[in-house]
Parts: sequence; structure tokens; C-alpha cells
Amino acid sequence: MTVAVVEFGGSNCDRDAVRALRHLGIAAERRWHEDGLPTDLDGIVLPGGFSYGDYLRAGAMAARAPIMTEVREAAASGVPVLGVCNGAQIGSESGLTPGAFTTNASARFQCEPVHLRVERVDTPWTAAYEAGDVIEVPIAHGEGRFEIDDAAYDDLVADDRVLFRYCDPTGEVTDAANPNGSTGNVAGVLGEHETVAVLMPHPERATLPDVAKSTDGAGILRAFV
Amino acid sequence: MTEFTATVTVRLKAGVLDPEAETTRRALERLGFELSALRSADRFEVDLEAADADAAEERATKMAERLLANPTIHDYDVAVAER
Repeated sequence: MTVAVVEFGGSNCDRDAVRALRHLGIAAERRWHEDGLPTDLDGIVLPGGFSYGDYLRAGAMAARAPIMTEVREAAASGVPVLGVCNGAQIGSESGLTPGAFTTNASARFQCEPVHLRVERVDTPWTAAYEAGDVIEVPIAHGEGRFEIDDAAYDDLVADDRVLFRYCDPTGEVTDAANPNGSTGNVAGVLGEHETVAVLMPHPERATLPDVAKSTDGAGILRAFV
Repeated sequence: MTEFTATVTVRLKAGVLDPEAETTRRALERLGFELSALRSADRFEVDLEAADADAAEERATKMAERLLANPTIHDYDVAVAER
């Protein structure tokens, strides 16, 4: 049994994700998208990067790749699916999760540590945290602004599907702590099933103690344990 | 079958922030131009063969819905002309 980290042309966080997962004792392997999903599947990671050069919109091309039909079917059958950064863009473009990730309000690529408030802890992705925990995880994106129409945002909140919000170090969700202009400071959301999640920050870059400033992201990847 | 060009214009919905357009507007102002606002849009020109203009428009509309536009943030329109 293994977690498949799906590699598209232009993915570049696939190796990091595999290394972080293995560090946590989770069997993981990179999987080239044209090869389809393995049969002994424990979970799926859609990793960060710039699949298809961000042509048209970030994630738009990869979201229509044939393997995404398999990913949607696996997600519907309860296989955990995590989209990180470009993987989050692919997830929203493919309809796995609500909303869209588009150009940062700054119109700049931003690579920096951010703080996230854990909005609920009764999901596989956040079971390692305590309610209200503030974690530090880096972002690295130019198109991470979460956009969603008002009615759909109200539904998202009512359904309690916001996983993480950008916040200051004390956990206050403020405009100043919102790095990209995301609606409601949303950094990560759940799909229709709570086994499906996407987020713009990189938990795999906040897992390995030897290279990471923070290891706060490990708790998210522990969903695959 | 007739040859058509379907022009699909994809733009951000009203009210959705467009940081690239805003940056472009500021650059135009730095160049000394006076303007009140600037909106950007993507235009796709699709050459296709179809039985008639309605069929061409229907196919191009599906292209917009399935790939060219993201309905969460975009509006689009389709114009068809014989080629």
C-alpha cells in the first residue's frame, strides 16, 4: 500500500512530498500521470509546481488530464486526496474542491513563511492539532488568492469546510496577515468529503527537521498514516 | 459543413479583483496617460467546421464551459463568423 504523489510535466514538489511522507513512516512513491494510479492505493498527493507551465490558468491543464478521472473516482470511494499549492489549483480546477485560486492581490510571486489557524480538528488533515492551533508553514505562489462567490462562500462556512485561515502569530485572522488577498483569509478547504483537502501552503516544506524552519506541517501529512 | 471562426472572450466577473490589470493601469499612468479604469480579457479564436452557425456556437460555448473559462471567476461570450 502506498501514497501516490502524482507527477505532471512541470510538477516540482513531488520529490519533497515523497521524502516528507517517508520521514513520517508513510510509504509513498512518485507516479507519472500517464501511468495512471497504482492499484494498491493508500492515498493521493497532487504536489506543487507549475504543471504545464501554468498555461491558461494554474492547474487548468493538469485538471483535465486523464488521470484526474481516476483521482476523482478514488476520492469518491474514500481514498484521501491532498492538493498542495499547484495541486490545490488542480484540485479546484477539477471540481474536487470549491472556489478558485487566482492571481495574488499583490500581482507578485510570494515565497514566505505564513501562520495558519486550524479551523477544525475533526478531519484526517487536522487530527494532529488542537482546536485553535496556529501553525507556521511556508507559501510559494503567484496565484493563491482564494476566490469564491458570496453565496458559495456562505455555504462553505455553513458546511464548516474551511480547514485553515491565514492569521497572525497569535491566531488573529486579519487583513495584514492575509498574504494574497484570499476571501476570508482562506488558505485551505475541504472537498465534498472530508477525506479530500487542498491548501496553498506547503506542509511538505515544514516537515523535515533538518531542512525546515518549522515542522508544523507534518500533522497535515499524518492524515496518510 | 461550413468553416467558422468562433471568438471566445473570457473575462473576470464584475467585482473580482484583477491585480494584473491594476498593475497595467498604473504603468499606463506612469507613462502619462489619463484613464479611469482598465479591464483585461482573454480572447480565443477557434477555427472549426460545423453544419451551421448555431452548431458552431454551441460547440465553442461548451469549450468555454469545460476549459477556456473557470465559471467560479469568469464570464464569457461567444461570437461566430463564417470564415
